[in-house]
Amino acid sequence: MTTQTDQLQGKPAERVLSLDPKQNVKGVSNFARSMRRLRKHRMAIFGAVLLLFIFLYVLIGSLLIPESASIFNDPRRALQPPSAEHPFGTDVIGRDLLARTIYGGQVSLFIGVTAMLVQILVGTAVGLLAGYLGGIVDFLLMRLAEAMLSIPQLFLALIALRIFSDPTRFPDFTFMGRRFSSTMIVIVFVIGLTSWMRVSRIVRSVVLSVREQEYVTAAHSIGASSWRIIFRHVLPNCAAPIIVSATLGVATAILLEAYLGFLGLGVRAPTPTWGNIMGEANSYLDSWFYWFFPAVFIMLTVMGINFLGDGLRDAFDPRSLK
Amino acid sequence: MTQYILRRVLQSIPLLFIISFILFNFTNALGDPMAVFAETRNRPSARDREIIMKRLGLDRPLLEQYLIWLVGNDWMPPIEIPTDDGGVRYEQGRRRGVLRGDLGLSFVTRRPSWTRIEERLPWTLVLMIPSYVITVVLAIGIGIFSAVRQYSFWDNLITSLSFFFYSMPIFFIALLSIYIFAVQFRRWGLEPIKWGGTGDGSFGSLLQHMVLPVFCLVAIQLAGYVRFIRSSMLEVLNQDYIRTARAKGLGEPTVVRRHAFKNAALPLVTLIGLDLPFLLAGAVVTERIFAWPGMGRLFIESFERADAPVIMAILMVLSVAVVVFQLLTDIVYTWLDPRIRYS
Repeated sequence: MTTQTDQLQGKPAERVLSLDPKQNVKGVSNFARSMRRLRKHRMAIFGAVLLLFIFLYVLIGSLLIPESASIFNDPRRALQPPSAEHPFGTDVIGRDLLARTIYGGQVSLFIGVTAMLVQILVGTAVGLLAGYLGGIVDFLLMRLAEAMLSIPQLFLALIALRIFSDPTRFPDFTFMGRRFSSTMIVIVFVIGLTSWMRVSRIVRSVVLSVREQEYVTAAHSIGASSWRIIFRHVLPNCAAPIIVSATLGVATAILLEAYLGFLGLGVRAPTPTWGNIMGEANSYLDSWFYWFFPAVFIMLTVMGINFLGDGLRDAFDPRSLK
Repeated sequence: MTQYILRRVLQSIPLLFIISFILFNFTNALGDPMAVFAETRNRPSARDREIIMKRLGLDRPLLEQYLIWLVGNDWMPPIEIPTDDGGVRYEQGRRRGVLRGDLGLSFVTRRPSWTRIEERLPWTLVLMIPSYVITVVLAIGIGIFSAVRQYSFWDNLITSLSFFFYSMPIFFIALLSIYIFAVQFRRWGLEPIKWGGTGDGSFGSLLQHMVLPVFCLVAIQLAGYVRFIRSSMLEVLNQDYIRTARAKGLGEPTVVRRHAFKNAALPLVTLIGLDLPFLLAGAVVTERIFAWPGMGRLFIESFERADAPVIMAILMVLSVAVVVFQLLTDIVYTWLDPRIRYS
């Protein structure tokens, strides 16, 4: 009723909508509501705190212990069990394992996050193309996704890695005074490009359902471009499932890197990762500290991400309206 | 229904062609199959090399190689092979192609790729089938137990444990269990559990060597299945027909078993159908740790020697299995759930 009188008096309609924010109880966006649900999710908070600790470990660790400690080797002190001097012990050529889990952790986390970005970018692009263009493009892209899903990801990644990680073509590079193996970058793309399929399927299905909505027809009819419709109407609808798969995608990427490293076919020396430390430690079963600590870090990281991802999924689930 | 099956089969044919074409391109880019010989004493001369390349058909364009892989070369004109005295010798191709059931010869052993798979597949199945059966049976029990006691102490414990194991890389639990049950048991004066390889050929020894790998595989797989069954049980338990079943006075065991689990098992059928074909791939990491001569090891061995025909054979057997099992799952699903009708 206020609206009518306001309009009769010639006042702009927006005034009615922009009431005092304190009174505007209903004006909470879906996203804000989800975030509020997430903060109440105990497991998710536990996961987030766990991840924070691991992040601080590799960050503060690298401020306290120089990188040279992870490279310096002394065969005379090989495979020493944990002591005050080397809390995690030393590896087979006498490098300090504490320093190696710190610097290897940085690389593992870097690979996890960037591979997830590649996966999400490719998956979203493919899903949008397939869903929006339809027809033959949709058919071919979805058959490609199906084809890639019918081969275990580890097999795909191994094959792609072998083809693209020719050391003569990609030499080591130096970044911020540290030498890295370029296989580290190759692996990011290999993992990303072998894991986009599920994301693309999710995005495609959202696109297909959103495309039929009235507001998209309305946007079309007032002359909105395809790009505008994709970015303003379609993508925001995909945000929740994308955020969830992105979170869990970091965990799968870290695990896949660890498996590749464990098989000795992952990131090459001189760059340590949690995975390739495990690969070196594989033959030294009796020196438990050699494989135990990197494995614990992999496990805690993956667990933290899974807890957080599960919480995000619950928080974004429209059925759990609270 | 027949029409539906027929359509699905027809749809999967182009899919298999797409898969095989992509894979063929990748596996043949893996590297030089003769690099293995280069390390040995009798490394081939440039001329021998040329002859070998010609006989293997590796000198041809990739698309032609793919066609030969598909339909064979026994019907093609003979291959020209230079002889030592500068002349030419003609050799009739003997490959029959995948479409006629010939997966090609291994570059390394010169024996049919299928024989290589036949040798390894039983070992993989010996390991994977028991662990999978144990996983599913345990998961059904634990999942239902957990779901009917939602948010109780036991449910919370099971949920936390399943998160824990779900996040565990398999090499961690494998190394840990070997360390405890084999290395430490000996130190504590207990009988260590044997591991590594498949034993001396007797059944008892095989069983003993299976204990640790099966334990690890179950521990890793179980978590995901428990979570899946728990959530699908919870979904069903909130349905109206469960309330009706309780309201008409049925006992709780009957409600859970006959009304809830039967419905909750439907998505489980799909999950099992999608997972079963991947058992054929073996467990690369587990087989590596326990020196188990299965498919995963075969893949890694062939991969390290760039043995394209064997890799291609493994991947194609897998893809066909995936496609077949997807179809079977769909058929079983309609049979189990009369609400679904494909037309």
